[in-house]
Amino acid sequence: MSYQVDEKDGYAVVRLTGEVDLNRSPDARRVILDCLQKKMPLLVDLSGVDYIDSSGVASLVEGYQLSRSRQLDFGLIGVSDAAMNVLRLARLDKVFPIYASLEARLKDTR
Amino acid sequence: MPQAATVTASATPYAIEVEDLVSYYDSRRILDEVSLRVRPGEIMVVMGGSGSGKSTLLRHLLGLNRPAAGRVSLFGADISQASARELYQLRRRMGVSFQNGALFNSMTVEENVAFPLREHTRLDERTIRIMARMKLEVVNLAGFERLMPAQLSGGMIKRAALARALVMDPSLLFFDEPSAGLDPVVSADLDELILRLRDALRVTILVVTHELDSAFRIADRITVLDQGRILITGTVEEVRNSPSERVQNLLNRRSEEIDVDPEEYLRRLTD
Repeated sequence: MSYQVDEKDGYAVVRLTGEVDLNRSPDARRVILDCLQKKMPLLVDLSGVDYIDSSGVASLVEGYQLSRSRQLDFGLIGVSDAAMNVLRLARLDKVFPIYASLEARLKDTR
Repeated sequence: MPQAATVTASATPYAIEVEDLVSYYDSRRILDEVSLRVRPGEIMVVMGGSGSGKSTLLRHLLGLNRPAAGRVSLFGADISQASARELYQLRRRMGVSFQNGALFNSMTVEENVAFPLREHTRLDERTIRIMARMKLEVVNLAGFERLMPAQLSGGMIKRAALARALVMDPSLLFFDEPSAGLDPVVSADLDELILRLRDALRVTILVVTHELDSAFRIADRITVLDQGRILITGTVEEVRNSPSERVQNLLNRRSEEIDVDPEEYLRRLTD
């Protein structure tokens, strides 16, 4: 797994790429929590994720929980089919705010 | 998909390969040149009556028994020859849902599910708790995490055991008699869950069972064991339509008249 952090339109956008598994998810967790510690609204781009296991999803859950407690916007964008299958299995597709893209998030008035 | 095994592995299109496996208990031959191949993402159901050798086959696949002859490979790695360390690495990629659940009675449901993560990873405790609770959500046991195993029904114990088997996100999932002792509705629910897991995670699943309805619901292919030998391996339709009298007897739950060798029988009684 690799990751890249960009700032765009007031959001930190964390793009995860490759396989987010037990060995790599601590890196994903750290970068997600770091962004939120800096009080930045956060979007996690999963369009390049080929595989994500439950440790990776747990990092997303923890990030979402922290963002809510800090009243920061949080969402998943460009969720790949592989990632969506895992989210659906645990019914987390009903929990996370999910958008097609950053632009879609900006247009959404939620 | 999950990480590749780090043990020496050859390129293979199969998640499981069993070649000419022979196994004994004492002098009794339990498996007799059994060969079986399971593709990644496939649900293979191993069927057979009591004493057919299916539980022994499962023990070999888990690396608990060593073959008298033949070979057992998982993801191209020969577990018959694996060192203890190599076997440990392979087992991290396996999940096993045992017939009786095999939960730790002194731990809550959540502690049971989280146990493999606490033993085998260095993940943050918050991550572990979320992962364990996610798996309990997947098996519809949300809200029961603080109960002890003794407080669970048979179906709930099976589902808790499955949550624990899933918690490390295995590439290979083994079920030992998942429907045994369950009522038909609970059994069907568990079958649906097995299918959802395969579809969502592309995990390879091997199920050992003697429950026909369950086997026909979930199997991509079925292999039928009888007296330590494979009678047939094929799709559900191929097995249903098998011309073999033994296969049909098993499917129709007809008992077979056992061949009697008078001399051998007398020897068994009097030796």
